[in-house]
Amino acid sequence: MTDYKIHELKKIARELRVDIINMLLEAGSGHPGGSLSAIDMLTCLYFHQMRHNPKDPNWPQRDRLILSKGHGVPAVYACLAKAGYFPNEELMTLRKIDSRLQGHPDRVKLPGIEASTGSLGQGLSIAIGLALASKLDGDAFRVYCMLGDGESQAGQIWEGLMSAPKFKLDTLVTILDYNKGQIDGPTNEIMNLEPIKDKVTAFNWHLIEIDGHNFEQILSALDEAQRTKGRPTFILAHTIKGKGVSFMEGQIGWHGKAPNREQAELAVKEILAAEI
Amino acid sequence: MPKASRAAFGEAILELAETYPNLVVVDADLSHSTMTRKFSEKFPARHFNVGIAESNMVGIGAGLALAGKIPFICSFACFVVNRFEQVRMSVAYNEAPVRIVGTHVGIGIGEDGYSQMGLEDIALIRTLPNIPIIQPADEIETKQAVAFLVNQNRPAYLRLTRQNLDDVNPPNYRFQFGKGVVLHEGRDVALLATGGVVSNALKAAKELAKEGVSTTVINIHSIKPLDEDLILDAAATCERVVTIEDHSVNGGLGGAVAELLSERRPTKMKRIGMSVFGESGSPEALYQKYGFSAAGIKKSVLEFVQAS
Repeated sequence: MTDYKIHELKKIARELRVDIINMLLEAGSGHPGGSLSAIDMLTCLYFHQMRHNPKDPNWPQRDRLILSKGHGVPAVYACLAKAGYFPNEELMTLRKIDSRLQGHPDRVKLPGIEASTGSLGQGLSIAIGLALASKLDGDAFRVYCMLGDGESQAGQIWEGLMSAPKFKLDTLVTILDYNKGQIDGPTNEIMNLEPIKDKVTAFNWHLIEIDGHNFEQILSALDEAQRTKGRPTFILAHTIKGKGVSFMEGQIGWHGKAPNREQAELAVKEILAAEI
Repeated sequence: MPKASRAAFGEAILELAETYPNLVVVDADLSHSTMTRKFSEKFPARHFNVGIAESNMVGIGAGLALAGKIPFICSFACFVVNRFEQVRMSVAYNEAPVRIVGTHVGIGIGEDGYSQMGLEDIALIRTLPNIPIIQPADEIETKQAVAFLVNQNRPAYLRLTRQNLDDVNPPNYRFQFGKGVVLHEGRDVALLATGGVVSNALKAAKELAKEGVSTTVINIHSIKPLDEDLILDAAATCERVVTIEDHSVNGGLGGAVAELLSERRPTKMKRIGMSVFGESGSPEALYQKYGFSAAGIKKSVLEFVQAS
């Protein structure tokens, strides 16, 4: 990986953070915390790792991203617009009547979205089904599933974690956006996932632990996952809710609240001023 | 030759698998009961057993479908359909062409008792805008319904019995999705029956004729969409309608017909179905106790005709 490439990805992530803030300001509601914690990893997926074609969203061999934590979808919308799936202006229709950009992802309405999610805990199973299909078709494509830490309290996630290694799904990568917060409070107080690393390892996944905002680590983990054969990879990504906007960082209150104009201006200013 | 619709399904899947290489099956530790065992032995690479984890099965089915496979996800109706949130979101809202197969419906399963009985599944699935519900009444209808579903690129729910079913359709039968099948024509009361109780409705009709009550008997294999024109015509002719189903009396075929008639042609109506939890017992004893036997249906219909 060249320094130049990483620098380019960081620049994209910075732009997309601004898009997220502006979308949420315009929508007047939505989830900034979990969108900003996920955006660095999503940037690496959409602009480096995944094979996909905005001009042919249904290309059968495309890699798939399933955003199981559907409330983080502004981050995916920002990626899709930047990649060319739809015009950037459409981002401003988020959550409005007749928009293709629903409050949670809707694959029927918006090409580029691979699964309608948002009722939490279901995305990993869908990703496993896709990976099984990929395997039947000779490893036709790779599947990336991003989980939230809150939704990982759901039993269905553990059904999925138990089943993917049985089927030796090495085209499947699960990424936990471990931002340590959920609506009602800190994840470790509401329902602790720890020791999550031990649990996932015990379930026979290849585990990689990274800082989910460190581009070198993200890219190297995705690369290692691609080289790992015979079992699925779980990337345990430590992240910061609201990353990039100091007054949102680590603040549970910003889980599901849009910024007002003043806050949004402050946030954008800070994002653009940050060194990359 | 009496055959359970689940057994007919298992045979149909096995036959169709040769023609449709994308046909895959997902089970949750009940492949011996859902009758997909032979498929799993013949096509092991296309059969996925996820263990007793039906929520995961529903989602896996959705993923397979979204990647172009033709998945049949199979379990007891109560276990698969009652993962309703997963069906609602991962299948229905995604428009994922998953064929949901629910076996062991109703009190007709017998001795295992209520915990294994699918009695709410029709009501649940009916609320979803895009999932048709098919409940065949015999072997030939089941096999043709399965062949139909393989070619439909959309989600669907197939409701199957544990118990053997008598043939009610002629050998030259042709399954038509969304159409009721008139098995007997009369003028006093229309019996609309679905699935495992259709043959008892036919037997009841013969007994009722001896009492001077002339019945129309319609096999409603497509509960959604309903054959509205046929039912409205039957209501117009007979002016009395009775629905019969091995399912909750609320929200199933009876509910669907009541909704239709109350809006389009208010008609005297009786719904025969379950209004309490099921229990253990032989299927015959249960059908007798809860009024689904031919004699029970006859008694209910007579009372209804005499009172109305």
